Amino acid sequence: MIDFDLSEEQKCLQQMIRNFAKTEISPGAADRDEKMSFPHELIPKMAAMKLLGIAIPEKYGGAGLGAMETAIVLEEIGRVDGATALIVASHNALCTAHLYRFGTEAQRERYVVPLAKGEKLGAWALTEAGSGSDAAALQTTAVLDGDAWVINGSKLFTTQGATAGITVMMASTLPGGGAGGISAFVVEKGTPGLTVGKVENKLGVRASDTAALHFEDLRIPKANLIGACGEGFQDVLQILDGGRIGIGAMAVGLARGALEESIHYAKEREQFGHPIADFQAIQAKLSDMSSEIEAARLLVYRAALLKDHGDDFKLAASEAKLFASEMAMRATSQAIQIHGGVGYLKEAPVERYFRDAKICEIGEGTSEIQRRVIAKELLR
Amino acid sequence: MKIAVCIKQVPATESKIKPSSDGKEIDRTGLSYVVNPYDEFGVEEALRIKERLESSVTVVTMGTERAEEALRTCLALGADQAIHIKDDLLRGGDAYGVALVLTTALMKEHYDIIFFGKQAVDDDSGAVGIHVAELMGLPHVAVINKLDLKPEEGRALASRQIEGATEMVNIKLPAVFTCQKGLNEPRYASLPGIMKAKQKPLTTLTLADLGVDKDAVGAKGAKLVVDCIKAPRVRSTGNIIDKNPSESVEELVRLLRDEAKVL
Ligand SMILES: Cc1cc2nc3c(=O)[nH]c(=O)nc-3n(C[C@H](O)[C@H](O)[C@H](O)COP(=O)(O)OP(=O)(O)OC[C@H]3O[C@@H](n4cnc5c(N)ncnc54)[C@H](O)[C@@H]3O)c2cc1C
Repeated sequence: MIDFDLSEEQKCLQQMIRNFAKTEISPGAADRDEKMSFPHELIPKMAAMKLLGIAIPEKYGGAGLGAMETAIVLEEIGRVDGATALIVASHNALCTAHLYRFGTEAQRERYVVPLAKGEKLGAWALTEAGSGSDAAALQTTAVLDGDAWVINGSKLFTTQGATAGITVMMASTLPGGGAGGISAFVVEKGTPGLTVGKVENKLGVRASDTAALHFEDLRIPKANLIGACGEGFQDVLQILDGGRIGIGAMAVGLARGALEESIHYAKEREQFGHPIADFQAIQAKLSDMSSEIEAARLLVYRAALLKDHGDDFKLAASEAKLFASEMAMRATSQAIQIHGGVGYLKEAPVERYFRDAKICEIGEGTSEIQRRVIAKELLR
Repeated sequence: MKIAVCIKQVPATESKIKPSSDGKEIDRTGLSYVVNPYDEFGVEEALRIKERLESSVTVVTMGTERAEEALRTCLALGADQAIHIKDDLLRGGDAYGVALVLTTALMKEHYDIIFFGKQAVDDDSGAVGIHVAELMGLPHVAVINKLDLKPEEGRALASRQIEGATEMVNIKLPAVFTCQKGLNEPRYASLPGIMKAKQKPLTTLTLADLGVDKDAVGAKGAKLVVDCIKAPRVRSTGNIIDKNPSESVEELVRLLRDEAKVL
C-alpha cells in the first residue's frame, strides 16, 4: 500500500518550518529582493534549527535527516521566499552534500562540521563561461606541484559565491580529458589567489548572491582534493541528482505560495458585483494550479523517498525537477493573471514568486537537459 | 532545579473566531492550534535555566486529545517530559476547576519553579496560574518580564512592569511565576529536537488517576458559567475625507451634522 501521509514527526517539522518561514523569512523577503541583500540575519536562526545540515548525521553537526525532510523544509521556505530557499538548497544539497558524501574523514571533520552547524556557508562551483549545460567542457585547471594543487581559471554564476566560507569547485586535472579528467577540490575563503568577481544583478532570487570566482595560481594542499582524482564528474552528476529534488521542492513551494495568494485575492476582489472567485474562469485556474501542485509534490516526495531508501533515484529526480519547475512557471504566471494589474506590481508577492520560479527551470540542469537525462534513461 | 511549565493549546492567533451555533462556545471548525504564546515564554525560560543549571523541565497541560500536539511541540523545543491530563468529565469547567486539577498533578512532585503564561489568548481570563499558587500555598509573581535565579539562596529576583516603573520582587522558592512578553525570545525547535520529541515520556492522566473528585471540576464543579458568546458588532468601514484642510473641515462638519446627526 502506498502511504501518502507524512509521519507525525514530519508533520510537526512541516508545521514548525511553516511558522518560522511566515514569521521570520517572509516579512523581509520583498525588501531583500528589491535591494539584492543577502539574508545574513536569518543564517544564525536557521543554523540553530539545523536547517543548514539537514541530511548530515548529528555526529558531524547536522540534523541526521534525509532527502524527504530536506524537501519538506525547502517547500516551506520556497512558499515565502525563493531566494532563501535557493540558499538553503545549494548549501545543503550541493556543497555540504558533496563534502560529506565524497570527502575523507578528515575533510568531514574540517569542512562538513562547520557547514552543517551553519558556522560557514557553502558554495559549489561547476559552471564556467564556456561550460554550462555541457559542464564537462570546463577549462579551469588544477596541476599538482609538489604537495600543492595549483588552480587557474574562472567560475560563473556561483550561488553563495560572494558569501561562502567554503567552496567546492571542479577543475580539470587532465586537460583534454573531458569528463574523465575532472576532479573536485575544496577551497576556503581567504586563500590567496581566490577572488570574488562580478555579483550578478538578476531577474529573481535576488537576495541570493550569484557570483563569478577567479582562481589565479591558487595553491591548496594536496589533501583538498575531494574523492578520486579524475573521477570528480561522476560525483558531480550524483550530487546534481540530489540537488534536483530540492529545486523541485522549492518550485512546489513557490507555486503553493502563488495559489494561496490567489485564493485569498479571488475571494476579496469584486468585479461585476461578485468576488472574482465566483467566476468559472478564475475557478478553473485555481483548480488547475492546485492539481498540478499536488502532482508535482508527489513526484518530489517519490524521488526523495527513493533516495532515502538507497534506491536509484536519478530518473525520478529529473522528472520531479522538470515537472515541478515548469508547473511553478505556469502557476505563478496564472497567479499574476488572477491578480490582474495588481499582480504585475512589486507590492504583490506573486510578482516575486513568478520571477523566482524561473531559476528552477535553469539551475542544476535546464529543462532541456532534464529531458535529455530522462530520455537517456528511458532509451537505454 | 525541577521546573514545571503549565501550557494551554489555543486557536492560532490569526484565526477568525466565530461563536458556535448554540452561542455557548466558539466554532472550532477549520481552526488551527498553537501553544499559547505567553506559555511559550515560560517554556523558553525553563529551557534557558536548564542550559545553565542542572534541571529537568516538565510540561503539563489539561486538554482534549488534540492538546497532545502542544505538548509534543514543547518536547521538541527541549522539555524533558510531559503530562497530559485528559478526561471527558473536565468539559465545561471554569478556571478554578482547571487550577484544582493542575494543582493535584503538580503536587505529585516537588517543583522548585512553576511557570504559567500571564493569560491564555483564547479566553483571556488570566486566572489559572494565580489560582494554582493559592491552592498550593506557594508565593507567586505575576506578569514577569525578567527572572534572576539565586539557587544557592533558594530565592529568585523577578521583575515586572508596573505603571511608570519596574517592580523587583525577591521571592522564596518554590514559587509560581506567570510570564509576560519581553521575558525572553522563544526559540524555534531544531529538526533533531522535533524528531526526538516522540521518544520522550508523555504521561496521560485521568481524573481517577489523579484522585480528583469529579463533581468538584468540569461543568458540575464550575463556579462560573459562560452564558453566551457574541460576535463583536461589525464596524462599518471608515470614511476618509481627502480634500484640502479647509474643505475637509467643512465636509467633516457637514457629515457630523447631516449623517451622524451628532451636531
Ligand atoms: C541564479 C543562478 C544560480 C546558479 N547557481 C549555480 C551554482 O551554484 N553553481 C554552478 O555551478 N552553476 C550555477 N548556475 C549555473 C547554471 O547551472 C547554468 O546557468 C545552467 O546549467 C545552464 O547553463 P548555461 O547558462 O551555460 O546555458 P547553456 O548551457 O548555454 O544553455 C542555453 C540554452 O541551450 C539549451 N541547451 C544547451 N545544451 C542543450 C542540448 N544538448 N540540448 C538541448 N538544449 C540545450 C539550454 O537548455 C538553454 O536553453 C546558476 C545559474 C543561475 C542563473
